[in-house]
Amino acid sequence: MIVVEDLHKHFGGFHAVDGASLEIRKGSITGLIGPNGAGKTTLFNVIAGRLPPTSGRVLMDGEDITGLTPHELFHKGLLRTFQIAHEFGSMTVRENLMMVPAQQHGETLWNTWFRRGAIAAQERALAKKADEVLEFLTISHLANQKASQISGGQKKLLELGRTMMVEAKIVFLDEVGAGVNRTLLNTIGDAIVRLNKERGYTFCVIEHDMDFIGRLCDPVIVMAEGKVLAQGSAAHIMENEAVIEAYLGRGLKNKTKAGATA
Amino acid sequence: MVDFLNAIVALLNYVIVPATSYGAQLALGALGVTLIYGILRFSNFAHGDTMAFGTAITILVTWLFQSWGIGFGPLPTALLALPFGIAVTALLLLGTDRVVYRFYRRQKAAPVILVIVSMGVMFIMNGLVRFVIGVQEQNFADGARFVITATQFRNLTGLDAGLAVRTSTVITVVTAVIVVAALFWFLNKTRSGKSMRAFSDNEDLALLSGINPERVVMITWLLVAALATTAGVLYGLDKSFKPFTYYQLLLPIFASAVVGGLGNPVGAILGGFVVAFSEVTFTYAWKKVLTYLLPTSLAPDSLVQLLSTDYKFAVSFAILVVVLLFKPTGLLKGKSV
Repeated sequence: MIVVEDLHKHFGGFHAVDGASLEIRKGSITGLIGPNGAGKTTLFNVIAGRLPPTSGRVLMDGEDITGLTPHELFHKGLLRTFQIAHEFGSMTVRENLMMVPAQQHGETLWNTWFRRGAIAAQERALAKKADEVLEFLTISHLANQKASQISGGQKKLLELGRTMMVEAKIVFLDEVGAGVNRTLLNTIGDAIVRLNKERGYTFCVIEHDMDFIGRLCDPVIVMAEGKVLAQGSAAHIMENEAVIEAYLGRGLKNKTKAGATA
Repeated sequence: MVDFLNAIVALLNYVIVPATSYGAQLALGALGVTLIYGILRFSNFAHGDTMAFGTAITILVTWLFQSWGIGFGPLPTALLALPFGIAVTALLLLGTDRVVYRFYRRQKAAPVILVIVSMGVMFIMNGLVRFVIGVQEQNFADGARFVITATQFRNLTGLDAGLAVRTSTVITVVTAVIVVAALFWFLNKTRSGKSMRAFSDNEDLALLSGINPERVVMITWLLVAALATTAGVLYGLDKSFKPFTYYQLLLPIFASAVVGGLGNPVGAILGGFVVAFSEVTFTYAWKKVLTYLLPTSLAPDSLVQLLSTDYKFAVSFAILVVVLLFKPTGLLKGKSV
């Protein structure tokens, strides 16, 4: 579905992504893990068109999508969420969702004045859809709240909800679990699995919570220092020596080894 | 008691009515600045000259109408010409965006670069306006000058002090109320307006929605053209039109927008009135009002004017500095600068 070929992103002398190549299979929930500073979020930003790559290519279903704007990628069904949830703070939760679909009648000045009926009908349909999404996410009670006033975890759910307002193909989730309590994290996890099964969404998930990764993701890709270090099932990854080394550092591993031999 | 009434009437006549009218003009100007700041994310230094351009075109169309013998009864002909002024200004702004700003937007240029670019645009528009209509002062107000003159008011009430209400004042206030109401309806109730607010709330997220960014930019410029031209024409009807004066208006307009909180439309309106009332209060000679209020023995000999009118821009500057020192995001919370 998504193929990344030898991707580099340099900020001055700092190589945030340094020759990463990976593939996200259609219909999978792929986990992307790695220590802080491994280049995961930068990789997301490049794939999702927020940053242009220094070199390398990104393909979606065989088509080169390198350097397209987030707006163009949105129309291709590639969506993302942010590490710190983004929302339109001055609008209600329902309005936030209603902003998502493209090609709305009300977008042109002409229609605003001369096709009020068509706009109203479309808005009603969108509001209904938004309410269905909120029900799916079990946050119906928040529909009329200002989006700036809901909790961080609820904002993460709202971001997930945004992807359900359109026919998304692949969704990149950046640290869905950061700052989210257990119960809500389970709700988010359930929603991801259901979307994957029922609607055929492909997911790529950055997450630090290994339980969450282990429960949801297959395969798991490990990044360190801007490169892909390992790839495989969650259980397999957790036993991989190179991965443990990347997380804990060489010195510690040598120490454990030394301790073992002694 | 009569003296007290006289004092109130004098206060109304020399401070409250003129400041309300000036405040409404500043508010309309500041709304344009704040929309650009909120959505395109830069301080548009060319705004004063955009107002001058719109007004110049409106004046030309007014003259054309007058030569054809078209009038607007007791109202100034310029109001009939206003839509044409707005349309031409909109074309100019969209053209400028296409030729200049879009390039920098695609480069994702830093706001400070866009500010400098807008200064370049300012100088070009500055020249353009002088080229189109000349540098001299133009009076283009016609129709009835007063709704009520000072003499009529005196005869009517029997008071000593007079209250003159000029047509331009009434037109300014009425137009400003209509424009502001329409703008807020647009921003809050229509899908296009919501797209603009979404852009202002969170650009990253807006780009990840079905919102067409170029269309939002276009609608923003159209609204700015309407606001700037209306503000400019109202100011010109109230005082007179001179390109240099409009260029200078940039300062109180920016002061208004910043004082209220850049990017916040309600703040722009509040800021406009704060700046206008401060300017007028500080530069008004209070002698007349005080003479009515105080016993004869205490009546002031001097003019009791805190600052000469030449210093009125210093007042905007002082307010700007004080607000930025103590409340950098403005009275109502705007975006941090």
